[in-house]
Amino acid sequence: MLEEKNNLKAWLYLSPALVLLAVFTFYPLFNAFYLVFLKDFNYLLREFDGYTLLGNFSYVVRNPNFKQAMINTFFIVFVSVPVSVMIALFVSVALNSIKKLQGFFQTIYFLPYVTNAIAVGMAFAFIFHQDYGLINTFLGWFNVNPINWVGTGASWGNAMFSLLVYTIWGGLAFKIMIFLSGLQSIDKQYYDAARVDSTPRRRVFTKITVPLLSPMILYIVITSFIGAFKAYATVVGMFGVGLGPAGNPKSMITMVALVYDALEHTGSIGAISEAAAASIILFSITLLFTIIQMWVSKKRVHY
Amino acid sequence: MEIKLQNLTKVFQAKDKTETIAVNSLDITIPAGKLIGLLGPSGCGKSTTLYMIAGLLKPTEGKIFFGDEDVTEKAPEDRGIGLVFQNYALYPHMTVRQNIMFPLENLKVPKAEAMVRAQEMADLVGIGELMDRKPKQLSGGQQQRVAIARALVKKPRVLLLDEPLSNLDARLRLQTREEIKRIQRETGITTIFVTHDQEEAMSISDEIVLMEVGFKRQVGIPQDVYDMPENLFSAKFLGTPPINLFEGSIKEGKVTLFGGVIEKTKAKDIESCWIGIRPEGFLVDKEGPLELHIDMVETIGRDTSLVIKDEKNNTRSFRVIVDSSNRILPGDKVKFSVKPSKLFLFDKVTGEKLG
Ligand SMILES: Nc1ncnc2c1ncn2[C@@H]1O[C@H](COP(=O)(O)OP(=O)(O)OP(=O)(O)O)[C@@H](O)[C@H]1O
Ligand SMILES: [Mg+2]
Repeated sequence: MLEEKNNLKAWLYLSPALVLLAVFTFYPLFNAFYLVFLKDFNYLLREFDGYTLLGNFSYVVRNPNFKQAMINTFFIVFVSVPVSVMIALFVSVALNSIKKLQGFFQTIYFLPYVTNAIAVGMAFAFIFHQDYGLINTFLGWFNVNPINWVGTGASWGNAMFSLLVYTIWGGLAFKIMIFLSGLQSIDKQYYDAARVDSTPRRRVFTKITVPLLSPMILYIVITSFIGAFKAYATVVGMFGVGLGPAGNPKSMITMVALVYDALEHTGSIGAISEAAAASIILFSITLLFTIIQMWVSKKRVHY
Repeated sequence: MEIKLQNLTKVFQAKDKTETIAVNSLDITIPAGKLIGLLGPSGCGKSTTLYMIAGLLKPTEGKIFFGDEDVTEKAPEDRGIGLVFQNYALYPHMTVRQNIMFPLENLKVPKAEAMVRAQEMADLVGIGELMDRKPKQLSGGQQQRVAIARALVKKPRVLLLDEPLSNLDARLRLQTREEIKRIQRETGITTIFVTHDQEEAMSISDEIVLMEVGFKRQVGIPQDVYDMPENLFSAKFLGTPPINLFEGSIKEGKVTLFGGVIEKTKAKDIESCWIGIRPEGFLVDKEGPLELHIDMVETIGRDTSLVIKDEKNNTRSFRVIVDSSNRILPGDKVKFSVKPSKLFLFDKVTGEKLG
């Protein structure tokens, strides 16, 4: 009796969140799986011309930007995630070992997390500015000629490099915060024991810190993979809605950008289904990688 | 190897500048190859002393010698010590074998040799069959033995144990206690064993060091410390049931308690002092100077424990243990004399032994 009452209360407390989730998350999610199988769906008239299994997927694949979107997305995922996880790991271990000013540094590293991605993107675009940017000024001290990172006609490589630097930096804050809290929960006695046993620093890191932090590392790797697959705001922040440097539009397009691109033409026939197909392709890739990671980590993560 | 602590002092300073003197000018010499029990109540500075010897804490003052070598400034990794933590600190992600081999790998011992030595050590402490388990899959006693094996496998010059038995149940405690003693004898490593359990310290140690609020109170063979306490703290800390304390006086070399002269002493006259008598120090004696009114009687096999109200202070009672062949009933009035070897006199202010 008592338990049932509590149950009711729990559901009551949860209901606002559940309603919002249902309306804005679950319904669109399942709806996408429905829309993707409609042939020539007219969004305005809500009419369609029978069903198709792969038709909408083939639209996506034949889209002239599809290949570029895949390349860019995979580039962002497989460069930014490993690099930023490594950097975050080293920074947090270093932060954890200093006593003075620790709070100050923690705040500094945490700033990007509370700052708007678009705003930071614009700041980074300026840092990479050909004539006034910090990077070129710095390179100038070593007699390197100004490089066109993100300006008109910037090459794909330069633009991607700038985007990656920004993506990595932007992702550090959250990772460092998680790693720091993980490090602080590791019993100090393990380190005392390691000292008494004359363990070299490198071995302390690889044999004690990393394994004991492995649940956090797995969590961070998986969430950052998912986040990187969804990259979009960073591109807009840096290059605007052109999705690339002036004179080289769409060169930085990503999978999510592809979805938004299709949605731009919501009025035209089949566009919504194409967007659904693109998002389902992205979802499947993300899911596949997450499953692979979970499976690989079974042996390597110590809870 | 002999360990010498010279004027060893540790002051902790809190954020608000209040200072705690955890260890206060400790001078101790620990003979080579012996097992020393560091004994004292909670918070008296035992762990602090141990961690200073290990090098994990830096002394505020004083010096530490291993043999003739001054190791005060040496890092823990260079001291060649084995340390068993209170909660073992076994690496949870490594198997027993990996845990025991870890110190050897650090010393770059070849893998094959490290395997053999780890196995030998595991066999010595009796966990040879558990090598592939993780610490979580072991009982407290087994974990403790892994911790000892890990500490011993690199053949340390000194073995330090911080209350290693405190997490074990009574029976396992007794058993592991014997085992530590055996392992120590077999290896001959100078060992310091921290505990706040007097019985544990008395039974395992070659010598005990008794500490209170950062001070060394007495050092010696356990039985000697029990038989000849140098101060009130030593007398009170050792012995179960604890020593009985009475306020009394010394006049013209006579010790008077409850109006009877119970003992002669060379100590100077004093108006008021502590008279300590061990519970087993009373003898039923028709001619005895002490007549006591028995309140309760508990016979436990060989011994009879008598509970007697303090005449001067009715809310306090004390215990006397006599041979059970004396048939005594509650309410009886019995005359006692006091065994001189079980009677101690202490100054009321300093707590030092008189006479
Ligand atoms: N890091 C520290 N900072 C401040 N004070 C400390 C610190 N470590 C210990 N102390 C204080 O020093 C004193 C001695 O502590 P210690 O840990 O050596 O006691 P102990 O004899 O080992 O006690 P126990 O039997 O409870 O383990 C205590 O009063 C304790 O509060
Ligand atoms: Mg302690």
